[in-house]
Amino acid sequence: MHDNVRARLVKDILFKGIIGLLAFVSLLPLFLILYYITKNGIAVINWDFLSSLPRPIGEAGGGVFNAIVGTLMLIVLSGTLSIPCGIAAGIYLAENENGKLGNSIRLSVVVLQGIPSIVIGIVAYLWIVTPLKTFSALSGGVALAIMMLPVIIKTTEETLKLVPYHLKEASLALGVPYYRTMLKVVLPSGMSGILTGILLSVARITGETAPLLFTAFGNQFMNINVFKPIDSLPYRIFYYAMSPYPEWHSFAWGASFILVVLTISLNLIARGISSKWKIQY
Amino acid sequence: MENSVLTVKDFSASFGDHEILHNINLTVEKNIVAALMGPSGCGKTTLIRCINRMHELVPGAGVTGKIFLYDEDIYVMQSIVLRRKIGMVFQKPNPFPTMSIYDNVVAGYRLNGIKMPKSEMDGVVERSLRNAALWNEVKDNLHRKGTFLSGGQQQRLCIARALAMNPEIILFDEPTSALDPRSTAQIEDLFVELKKTVTMLLVTHNIAQAARVSDVTAFIYLGELIEFGPTEKMFTVPKDKRTEEYLTGKFG
Repeated sequence: MHDNVRARLVKDILFKGIIGLLAFVSLLPLFLILYYITKNGIAVINWDFLSSLPRPIGEAGGGVFNAIVGTLMLIVLSGTLSIPCGIAAGIYLAENENGKLGNSIRLSVVVLQGIPSIVIGIVAYLWIVTPLKTFSALSGGVALAIMMLPVIIKTTEETLKLVPYHLKEASLALGVPYYRTMLKVVLPSGMSGILTGILLSVARITGETAPLLFTAFGNQFMNINVFKPIDSLPYRIFYYAMSPYPEWHSFAWGASFILVVLTISLNLIARGISSKWKIQY
Repeated sequence: MENSVLTVKDFSASFGDHEILHNINLTVEKNIVAALMGPSGCGKTTLIRCINRMHELVPGAGVTGKIFLYDEDIYVMQSIVLRRKIGMVFQKPNPFPTMSIYDNVVAGYRLNGIKMPKSEMDGVVERSLRNAALWNEVKDNLHRKGTFLSGGQQQRLCIARALAMNPEIILFDEPTSALDPRSTAQIEDLFVELKKTVTMLLVTHNIAQAARVSDVTAFIYLGELIEFGPTEKMFTVPKDKRTEEYLTGKFG
């Protein structure tokens, strides 16, 4: 009897130890990644690196200015395309819990989330690049917009479902038409959640490379024309890292560092918004 | 008859196959408090939700018969026009959490896109808050969020929000059931004041409250209007046996 209790206590300690250890192990990759990127990347970062364009092979120096501009342009483009559609779909889902269209949208969102990004790239190629006969920022924006959609739709739906029904009633009882009730009462009440969703989806697509390979394509010159190929940070990292030159390898680290800082800050801002702007009902 | 604000005629309401109100007939005069009382589930809330046509927002809801605001058939009017003339205060205080106290009061104007000069708007806010007996408590904090107020204050803010639209009638759906006794007393005192300017319909399952504040009372039981008349009369000499049993606490 006595021994039995001891054995159980030992198992307890063992179990606690193991979950602690495994939890720690699962954190390791993140910290190792951050460590390597910071160690190798931060030394490269200086004004020249941030503000100059890539140079031709054989010429020393160069930077990622066009890639930063390109990534920002892609974010704006894909956001403009996906945010209105995503929020509208989210409102529709929150308002129509059942019904054929609602359920098929819900299923599509789940499926869309699981589609490999390279496939989305190919689709954007067929839709935009083929008819326009050129790689373009626009096609990259479309590919990334498709990737943003599921996150925006889901978070909008979930947030709006949490907005109490009695707020909507209060507005309708004042004689406010349905569309104004949705736009002026329900949406603002769920704004922090929706913004968080948008930022998280932006953080998600900022690092995407695969769908950009045959859409935005990459460009070693500065370009701000949406109908022309455009550079982006992930693509620039890929390009620099694949080269045989040690200097370019360190550039890849530097660009990775910028990208990681960008995504981490987006995530932190999103967390800040969702806790700071939280509305108490 | 010309003083009657609201006339309900042969009115029935249902959800799907389930009929909730059967053949209600009722007339409410101007500037009084009319109480609708009855046990839970008797249909009293459904009745007032039919009066501002919130009932029809629920899928499967249906009605027959007519309701008139003065001599206008409310089911012919546009619901958004009707709801500006008939205010509603809900069971749970529901100020808009994104808006300040000031904006909450004029929410009916703001949300409907009705523009007016700032000075006029200030006037509406002050008058409505004074009428809702909230002005002295919030006049220095008009730009704080309405949700920072206590439950009773929030409910009076909701009353001010309804008053701001100058409605003909305000519907109260058990307005004090989520409040403490002191806040309840404040709101009951309000009814007496508000009667001078507006007609009020009060749904309550609190018999004592109906007795304290109302001029006329309707007793609704299982979807039927059992008795309707001056409160004093009904509480002293009820005509129907079921009214008597309800008032004496035999069921409810």
